[in-house]
Amino acid sequence: MSGFSLDAVAAILFIPAAAAILAALPNYRMTAAVNVAASLLTLLAALSLFVTDRPAPGQYLLIDDLNIVFIVLNTFVGFTTSVFSASYIAHELETGRLTAPNLRFYHAMYQIMMFGMNLAFVSNNIGLMWVAVELATLSTVLMVGIYRTHEALEAAWKYFILGSVGIALALFGTILVYMAAQPVVGEGTNAMVWSVLIENAAHFDPALLSVAFIFLLLGYGTKVGLAPLHAWLPDAHAEGPTPISAVLSGLLLNVALYAVLRFKLLLAASPQAIGPGPLMVTMGLTSLIFAAFMLYRRRDIKRLFAYSSIEHMGIIVFAFGMGGPLANFAGLLHMVMHSLTKSAIFFAVGHIAQVKGTQKISEIRGLTESHPGLGWALVIGVVAIAGLPPLGIFMSEFLVVSSTFARHPWLAIPLVFGLLIAFGALLLRLTGLAFGEPRGGMAPVEASYVPIYSHLALVFAAGIYLPAPLVAWFQHVAGILG
Amino acid sequence: MNGLTFDIAHLLAGSLVLISFMMLYQDRLFALINIFALHAVVLALSVAWQAYIQDAHHLYITAAIALVFKAIVIPVGLHRIIQRLGIHRDIETAVGIGPTMLAGIGLVTLSMVLMLRVTPEADPLAREDLAFALSIILLGLLVMVTRRNAVSQVVGFMSLENGLVLAATGAKGMPLVVEISVAFSILIAFIVIGVFLFRIRERFDSVDVGALDDYRGERR
Repeated sequence: MSGFSLDAVAAILFIPAAAAILAALPNYRMTAAVNVAASLLTLLAALSLFVTDRPAPGQYLLIDDLNIVFIVLNTFVGFTTSVFSASYIAHELETGRLTAPNLRFYHAMYQIMMFGMNLAFVSNNIGLMWVAVELATLSTVLMVGIYRTHEALEAAWKYFILGSVGIALALFGTILVYMAAQPVVGEGTNAMVWSVLIENAAHFDPALLSVAFIFLLLGYGTKVGLAPLHAWLPDAHAEGPTPISAVLSGLLLNVALYAVLRFKLLLAASPQAIGPGPLMVTMGLTSLIFAAFMLYRRRDIKRLFAYSSIEHMGIIVFAFGMGGPLANFAGLLHMVMHSLTKSAIFFAVGHIAQVKGTQKISEIRGLTESHPGLGWALVIGVVAIAGLPPLGIFMSEFLVVSSTFARHPWLAIPLVFGLLIAFGALLLRLTGLAFGEPRGGMAPVEASYVPIYSHLALVFAAGIYLPAPLVAWFQHVAGILG
Repeated sequence: MNGLTFDIAHLLAGSLVLISFMMLYQDRLFALINIFALHAVVLALSVAWQAYIQDAHHLYITAAIALVFKAIVIPVGLHRIIQRLGIHRDIETAVGIGPTMLAGIGLVTLSMVLMLRVTPEADPLAREDLAFALSIILLGLLVMVTRRNAVSQVVGFMSLENGLVLAATGAKGMPLVVEISVAFSILIAFIVIGVFLFRIRERFDSVDVGALDDYRGERR
């Protein structure tokens, strides 16, 4: 039934695209409903990829074991975020921060972003992938600036400019890959098709491929939020609507990471090219340690968790840079756990900022007393993201550290150091936020607890017990990643 | 390859690098935009020449986009925006001209050494185009980091993007070149409209550190 599976791919792309048009409907409540429904349908289409046969890789589209993981995670978090977004946005409308036309625009952009991200995952063509990543980025830029305040516009502008520079470097890298492939594969589209490239990568000019990878790592790395190029990330997270912070951290960073991984595979297939590992390990460690220290000085709650995202992307890139079955497994698991946990935290933070009317950490106190549902969600989320047992991130971080100890013990020292620094910072902030005398707005909250707690439950369950089929799948994917 | 066709392609790509250098020392916005228009015209010629020698007719579209959109529409639009925003008298020297030029020379040397070394077997024209393209990209980045005004950052970005188009057209038979140049034009149109609508004058840095703290939401 290969025809049906192709339909599933088409559905993953077509549903968000159609919903983006539908979201321009005149009634705003409808658009929120359309957003949720479309995200749910896309998730179902993505899940159907597990059971149907896969189409043979074409010139533009590809489904393999690696990208199914990303697509399912992407559409799942996309769906839960759309549920959260519906209640968050309704509140924004009541307080008058957004108007009805804003909302139509917002929901249309949300679906365009989902379209761009899904397209990036299923594309088999490095040119198409580049276009898709650019599309996803542009739509988030527009959403970050949606409040039209001075700060939001500055954040959007900064994101735009840095993102454009990143995307330009990535394009140059893509052109170089084409130049390396062209003498072997021949001119034309084939020299940009990933599945053709990976078969022939051993014959490519290794020097050209190495230079290409450096540009690609810098370019897409800007979007992953790796340390020297991360400057856009905290601003974009802090000033945009919170659902966008959740999808930025939970999803868009993964899209860029996925692009880096695809090119890493190309490089790994060419024995004479530079090893991508050391570069990724260095950038990962730098991001981790830098972000860990930056966590201490944060006064804005969304900015705090944005830096935490940089930290975790650092860990993930570090793990993939180490390579090998165990580290790759740990990296994949950590990526999934981080996406789930961080988006849950942002859901909680979104509601908290709405009831308290501020994002300043110093003005938010005693959440577990004033808003137990949100407060404890935040506590569980932060405990998870800090890497305490028994939650899922503990397990993946433990695997990263232990595989590092087994292979490069001296690299484990800065890794553990960074983890401990970040751990301290997060718990320090958490005690102030969650406990003590309540401060700030006390109004009851109509929060959407389902997305928050379903994510946290998944993270908790993963920390206790990972089902065997999932482990087998991840091990298989880790094997592909080399 | 015929010596003359090679020389012409070489001349055009080389002039683009030279014009990128000219952008580095412009301290008036109008002058900067005029130089950029020249950059776009030379790019259009260069792309058209590539289209001719590679016999790739679709590249003429890219050349036409460069000529109409980047050499005429955008510069005219930017001229108007500058007048509306009332910043046409602004002089900006975030970093001195001397150090900037030296940094530019360093970047061009870097890209020549890097690209010529890693591509010994490639087609000589593509190879030098690539080295020139990387120089233009790096010089564009340099323009972006040495300027504070949003308009001149946009100009820097556009010259950077011209370098990308040069690289893409130099890579023989590369697909999606036209699509990518259209996508970039849309991106640039977005940026320019954004600058105008939101009256973004300066980037985030300011002499007033207090303003910076305020912006980051980190004032106690």
